[in-house]
Amino acid sequence: MIQGELIGVFSDYTVMTVLSGSLLLGLIGGLTGTWAVLRRESLLGDVISHATLPGIAFSFLLVGFRNPLYILFGAIISGWVAVLWYHDIVRKTKIKSDTALVIVLSTFFGFGMVLLTFIQHSSMPNHAGLESYLFGHAASLTSSDIVIMFVVALIVLIITLLLWKEFRLICFDPQFAQVSGIRVNVVNQILITLMVVAIIIGLQSVGVVLMSILLIAPAAAARQWTSRLSKMAALSATFGAISGVTGTILSVFYDTRATGPVIVLIAVAITGLSFLLAPERGLVAQYIRKQTSGKKLVLEQLLLNLFQICSQHEDCAHFHSVSILRTLPGFKKSSLKKLRDKGWVFINEQNEWRLTGEGLSKIKELSDGIN
Amino acid sequence: MNLQLEIIIIGVLVAVTCALPGAFLLLRNMSMVSDAISHSILPGIVVGYFIAGVPNSPLMIVFATLTGLITVVLTELITNTRMVKEDAAIGLVYPFLFSIGLLLIAKYAYNIHLDTDSVLLGEIAFAPFDRLTVGNLDLGPKSIWILSAMLFLNVVFIVTFYKELQLSTFDSNFAALQGFRPLLINYILMILVSATIVTAFEAVGVILVIALMIVPGATAYIMTVKLKSMLVLTILISFIMALGGYGIARSLDTSISGIMATLSGVIFFLVYLFYPETGILAVKRRLARQRIEFAQMTLVIHIANHTGTPTEMVEREQHHLIIHLGWEDHFARKILSKSLSDGILVIENGLITLTERGKKFAEAAILMVNSRYHPDFEALRNHFIIFHDQ
Repeated sequence: MIQGELIGVFSDYTVMTVLSGSLLLGLIGGLTGTWAVLRRESLLGDVISHATLPGIAFSFLLVGFRNPLYILFGAIISGWVAVLWYHDIVRKTKIKSDTALVIVLSTFFGFGMVLLTFIQHSSMPNHAGLESYLFGHAASLTSSDIVIMFVVALIVLIITLLLWKEFRLICFDPQFAQVSGIRVNVVNQILITLMVVAIIIGLQSVGVVLMSILLIAPAAAARQWTSRLSKMAALSATFGAISGVTGTILSVFYDTRATGPVIVLIAVAITGLSFLLAPERGLVAQYIRKQTSGKKLVLEQLLLNLFQICSQHEDCAHFHSVSILRTLPGFKKSSLKKLRDKGWVFINEQNEWRLTGEGLSKIKELSDGIN
Repeated sequence: MNLQLEIIIIGVLVAVTCALPGAFLLLRNMSMVSDAISHSILPGIVVGYFIAGVPNSPLMIVFATLTGLITVVLTELITNTRMVKEDAAIGLVYPFLFSIGLLLIAKYAYNIHLDTDSVLLGEIAFAPFDRLTVGNLDLGPKSIWILSAMLFLNVVFIVTFYKELQLSTFDSNFAALQGFRPLLINYILMILVSATIVTAFEAVGVILVIALMIVPGATAYIMTVKLKSMLVLTILISFIMALGGYGIARSLDTSISGIMATLSGVIFFLVYLFYPETGILAVKRRLARQRIEFAQMTLVIHIANHTGTPTEMVEREQHHLIIHLGWEDHFARKILSKSLSDGILVIENGLITLTERGKKFAEAAILMVNSRYHPDFEALRNHFIIFHDQ
């Protein structure tokens, strides 16, 4: 029955519109987010998304109805002005970057809210749908929105592929990029423009308040699985798309108006799982590695201690009583047994031990490693 | 008490209560923390609201403050795993908590009087309707009492721990060496910031509260380098912001808090642009002036060094400057005419000769260049700018 329901949902025209919107925003958000996270500009995304609000409201005031193209331009312009002002504050005053972010974010958003309340209080008709830019309302997407989103997403994708090498260079080694003749300033500005555009794609589904996380979360998750840039970007786009689509489906099924928060929760869940489970970098993998290397260290330390006791004696193969080892700090009998299982130590029936030849060669190997 | 007056009082109280701890956040490069906390207290507020049934109950304040603290701790934990950088950690934590809050509101919207608009903006104009009454006695709006208490706490904290705050803000290692426990101070500050945001939330909403916290302090920070005068200026700017915000919003019929945030941005922008000495126009002027002064110094040192040497005639040749100093033609001409009018040199038959004034200038310039590492260098340099009033 659920299957039938699912098919019913997917053949629904509105739902397909909404889903393709979420898919696009997830893909593009994940892709551009890769750069933002690697360049430590994640919070700039937050600022841009908040700062698009006055642009959206202004373009509505100008044309008098919700025209997706005008709104796109309005949002791009105000996002850009915000970034420029932010850079100017950081460069020309003693104010630090995080404070500059907060200044730009809060004042732009405040102004946007003023315009929004002004529109609501005024007698302008057709302002329905503007609120969906705050927290996102995926169901309000129309097919003309999707067409614009698709074109914009395509442009972002093409630019990213064309300038891949340049982006990679200024991301990891801006000085080298400068020396090798890349116009770093221009490329930087293109990158920021892509970020602005990517954020704007998601505004209607996720809203200005939460959009930034669709740049941060997928990229942060992807970073844990791989150290290769191309893989990271592809993974990040995939994670973004998964969060967008799953979040939308869930919110359609449970009929919540708040698509944005659901998408955010899915994205964060993916990130959380990646933090835990990723091979090598994941917390579980880290924990296991720490445990095994800790145990290894304990065994090696014990072996070296045994050797010290042996070497006080003229004959290295002389048997010593196990009980004298109790004075060693942190000595455990189980560790000694493990050494025996490895064949490094021999224990006879009288509960006495001596090092084996293999044990001695292991010690030599260890001390060579130290020296 | 008159309703309008009550609104104004609440506005001023909110602004000052937020700006004081905000100034310290800013100095500690923790401004983004205010952004994070202001978003992530939302689930705490909703749960507290839901349990207590009334807004601004002590329970709600405790709950939301705790959520604020959780944000700080969670961000630190994620950063400490070194899986992502700190900015990404902040960016992950608060949208997460905020989303939970939003979903809780969406689910229990019928049970509590919270909607997403009031979460974002708050409404000072409605604050006076929630009144504190004892028996039949009307003691005024609840928020005035709560905000006053919060302001009192903040002021007491800052006054009592002024020395500790100052030290741990500017040199946390030294503070730790002196036994001041900067970490403890940090956590107390975080608790106060969370509690302040919670109390201000009803009036100004979760996002604009950060404008009130950070922007006045940042404006004052441009204007002064002294902590005490910065705090005084911060309070002053908060007053202007609150009063102006109320006046403008009333005449335009829009949200008071939105106008307050916008106004704070405008004040910051004006100061950032026009403030003498540190405003960007002043900085630009100073840089341009220094560029010319430096060129003039180079010129007189060049001429003075070559006067009396065999190649003197070539070096003093007016048109040789382009080659010898690597200047563009128009720049050389500009510097020469400026120097002529300053009276430090004369040009006869295309040959540059230093005047008496010019020789003194060259001596001073050489002395200054040579004393680059002398302790009196700064004083000398400031004294040196002899043309600054022209």
